[in-house]
Amino acid sequence: MSFINLKEKVVQVKIVYYGPGRCGKTTNLEYINRSFRNQIVSEMVSLKTHGDRTLFFDFLPFNMGKIKGYDIKIQLYTVPGQVKYNATRKLVLRGVDGIVFVADAMVKQREKNIRSLNQLHENLLSYKESIFKVPLVMQYNKVDLKEHGIPILPTEILQKDLNSRLQAPYFEASAVTGYNVPATLKKVIASTIISIQKKLF
Amino acid sequence: MNYGIVSQEQIEQIDAILTDKLIKLGVDCVIVIDMAGNIITAKDNSENKYDVYSFAALAAGNFATVDAMAKLVGEEEFSLLFHKGQESSIHFSKIDEELLLISMFGQEISLGFLRLNVVDVIEQIKRLWNKS
Repeated sequence: MSFINLKEKVVQVKIVYYGPGRCGKTTNLEYINRSFRNQIVSEMVSLKTHGDRTLFFDFLPFNMGKIKGYDIKIQLYTVPGQVKYNATRKLVLRGVDGIVFVADAMVKQREKNIRSLNQLHENLLSYKESIFKVPLVMQYNKVDLKEHGIPILPTEILQKDLNSRLQAPYFEASAVTGYNVPATLKKVIASTIISIQKKLF
Repeated sequence: MNYGIVSQEQIEQIDAILTDKLIKLGVDCVIVIDMAGNIITAKDNSENKYDVYSFAALAAGNFATVDAMAKLVGEEEFSLLFHKGQESSIHFSKIDEELLLISMFGQEISLGFLRLNVVDVIEQIKRLWNKS
């Protein structure tokens, strides 16, 4: 649920990066945090374990400037990717306005992507939301690994596995190098804002 | 999906209640958030500046976690939470299914007195909110 304050003319929008464990959700946010310093007012908040795995969520508030006189504040969240943390994953999804599904393009992760997407579908249903209605962008991460000789799923396979019914916009990306990280972010912000506008006016 | 929109008038009324009942009492900062971590309004005593956006995200997470734990032990909810520190403390209280009131305060206020006022504030905000 985005929140609109008519007094201060602020719109708060919640975007969640979702995906299987170690697919690069936190890395996406870290790259954004480094690259867009002038649009970020406060520090990134990370709740993680000693082993640097996300325990609850990462949070990064991001100022997008003004649309029709309204200040747009984008709140970026990640979920914990590990299978055992589904209860907390669900909590982060509460009131979500837009989702980036980060898939791990490594061949050995193929099944985990599918399972994670299925669980996203179920988790959204528990809030009476539909994966077919929430603004969603697919990101096929880690394409840079191909150069290092690690087997990567071709985009066509990933599209078939994950996006054949959803038909969401998609990007090949490398969160480590930043390749298509800003493009993914721009796309999800645009889709989310359009969807909010449609519902409001 | 429901969208939360508050009018200028509603915010001003809520701000007035918060200032009158809590800030004047000596509370450092008071925030009303929704369960998704969005800020509805925040008031402070202008001496203490907090990063309220991060605070709201963490507070919503914290409250949701405790709520899930309550269900595990067979409780409907733990409607209030209190964290005590050396210098400052934080008090969380549920307004309704969607809203949460968070007060940050120092040693000079007693918890009991704060709670009395919080109950009052919640009643008033509920009345305002349900009118919309």
